[in-house]
Amino acid sequence: MHTLAHLLLALLLAPLVPGVINRVKARMAGRTGRPLLQTYYDLAKLLHKGSVISQTSGWVLGAGPAVSLAAILCALLLLPGAGTDAPVRFAGDFMLMAYLLGLSRLGLVLSALDTGSSFEGMGASREAAFSALAEPVLFLCFLSLSADTGSFSLSGMLGAGLAGAVDTQRLFLPVILFVLLLAENSRIPVDDPNTHLELTMIHEVMVLDHAGPDMAHIVYGASLKLWLFAALTVLSVLPARDMAAPAAWAAFVGGVFLVAVAVGVTESIMARLRMERVPRLLGGAGALAALSLVLMVWR
Amino acid sequence: MELFSSVMVALICVNLGYLAVTRLRSLARLTAVQGVLLSLAPLLFAAPGDHGHALFLSLGVLAIKGIGFPWLLARTLSRLEVNPVVEPYLGYNLSLLAGVSGLLFSLWLETRLPFPPGLFPPLLFPAALTSIFTGLTLVVARQKAVTQVIGYLAAENGIFLLGTPLSGQGSVWLELSVLLDVFVAVFVMGIALHHISKTFESIDVGRFCTLRD
Repeated sequence: MHTLAHLLLALLLAPLVPGVINRVKARMAGRTGRPLLQTYYDLAKLLHKGSVISQTSGWVLGAGPAVSLAAILCALLLLPGAGTDAPVRFAGDFMLMAYLLGLSRLGLVLSALDTGSSFEGMGASREAAFSALAEPVLFLCFLSLSADTGSFSLSGMLGAGLAGAVDTQRLFLPVILFVLLLAENSRIPVDDPNTHLELTMIHEVMVLDHAGPDMAHIVYGASLKLWLFAALTVLSVLPARDMAAPAAWAAFVGGVFLVAVAVGVTESIMARLRMERVPRLLGGAGALAALSLVLMVWR
Repeated sequence: MELFSSVMVALICVNLGYLAVTRLRSLARLTAVQGVLLSLAPLLFAAPGDHGHALFLSLGVLAIKGIGFPWLLARTLSRLEVNPVVEPYLGYNLSLLAGVSGLLFSLWLETRLPFPPGLFPPLLFPAALTSIFTGLTLVVARQKAVTQVIGYLAAENGIFLLGTPLSGQGSVWLELSVLLDVFVAVFVMGIALHHISKTFESIDVGRFCTLRD
C-alpha cells in the first residue's frame, strides 16, 4: 500500500473519532446522541461562516489556528501506517513529532493570549502547564519503543507488536499513551470537553473567541490530534508489519475506533480530576514510562 | 522464567504504587497485593524435589502477608476513624521520583556487587532493594504512624524477597521466625497506634513534638 494511504485515511476519517466518542457517551447515559457525522457537518457550517473579531486582537488570532492545524498535518506525515512506512522518516523523527505537537499548541496559546481576555489567558496558562508535564512522558514512551526495537525512527519503532508472548514492560506503553491521549486532547479526567464554566475550563476556554473558518481549523486540528494519539496507541501493540496488508489496515482502523470507544467509556465512568491532581496522574504515567524504559535498557 | 520476571515487574509496580496512592485504605490493599505476589516467589524458586517445602512456605506467606496483615491494617484503620488521606511530608511526584531513583540505584548496585553466579535470578535483586527503599521512603516521608507501619512491612517484604533464593538451603525456619517477628511487631504497633490515637486524637507523629513533662 502507498505510504500516503495513512495520511488520506486520517484526513478523511479523523472527524469520525469525536463522533464515535460522543455516541458511546450518549449511549452509556441512555441518550440517542448526536449524529456520528456531526463533526463533518460542523466543519462544513463553520467554513461558510464569517467571524466577529475583537478590536484588541491582531493578526495572531487568525494565524494561530492555521499554524496549529499545519503543525499537526506535518506531524501526521511522520506517522507510519499499518505495515507501511511514513511518508517522511529519518533517525530522530520522534523528536520532530513531539515538537510539532508543541508548535501546534503554541499556535493556539498565542492566539488565545492575543484575544486580550483574562479567561483565555488563564486557559492558555493551564494548557501550557499540563502539556509541559505530558511532554517528558511522551519522550520516555518514544525512548522505550526505541530501546525495544533498536530504531530511532517512528516508522521502525511502531508496528512491531509486543515482542514475546508476555512482555510486561512493553504492555505499559499503550496504557501510558492512552493516558497521554486523554491529557493532550483535553478529555476527562484531565479536562471536560463539554464544560460551560469558564473557570474550570482548560482547552475549551482558549477557543471561546474564535469563530468561522478559524474555529473550523481548531475543530479539525483537534480531530486529527485525537487520531494521531489513537494511532500511536494502536501501533504500539499491533504487529502490523507481520500481517497481510488488508488485515493490518482493517485491524489498524478498527483499533483506532476501539480507542475512541475506550475514551467514551472512560469519560462515562469517571469524574473529572481536581486540577491539582492532574500533575499526579501525569507523574504516575511518567514513573511507569521511566520503569518501562529502565527495564528495556536493562534487558 | 517469563512468569517470574512478570511477577518481579508487578512487584516493582506495587512499590511505585505505595509512593503514589493518596488513601490509607489503598495502601492497605497494596500490602495485600504485595503479599500475594510474594507468596508466589517461593513456588517459582522451588528446586525440583522440594515442592512440599515451597508450598508450605508459600501458604504461610500468603496467610500472613497476603491476608493477615492487610486485614489487621484495615481493621486498625476502621477502628481509628482517622482522616483517610495519606498526608505526605514529601510530595507524591517527588516520592515517585525517589522510587524510580531507588530502582536505578539498585540496578546499578547489582552490577557492582560480587554475587555468586546464578544466586539471584534476573530482576530479583532490584525488585527486593526497591522494596526496601520504598519502605524507608514511606517511613520518613509520610506523616501518619500507620503509613510508617506499612513502610516497615514493605521494607521487610524486600528483605524476605532477598532471602527467598536461599530458602532451599534450609533457611525456611529462619524465614518463618522473621515472619513471626514481624507479625508480633505489627500486632504491637496496632495496639500502640490505638494509644497514640487516644492520647493525641490523631496519628500524626508530628504531634509528638508537643509532648511535655
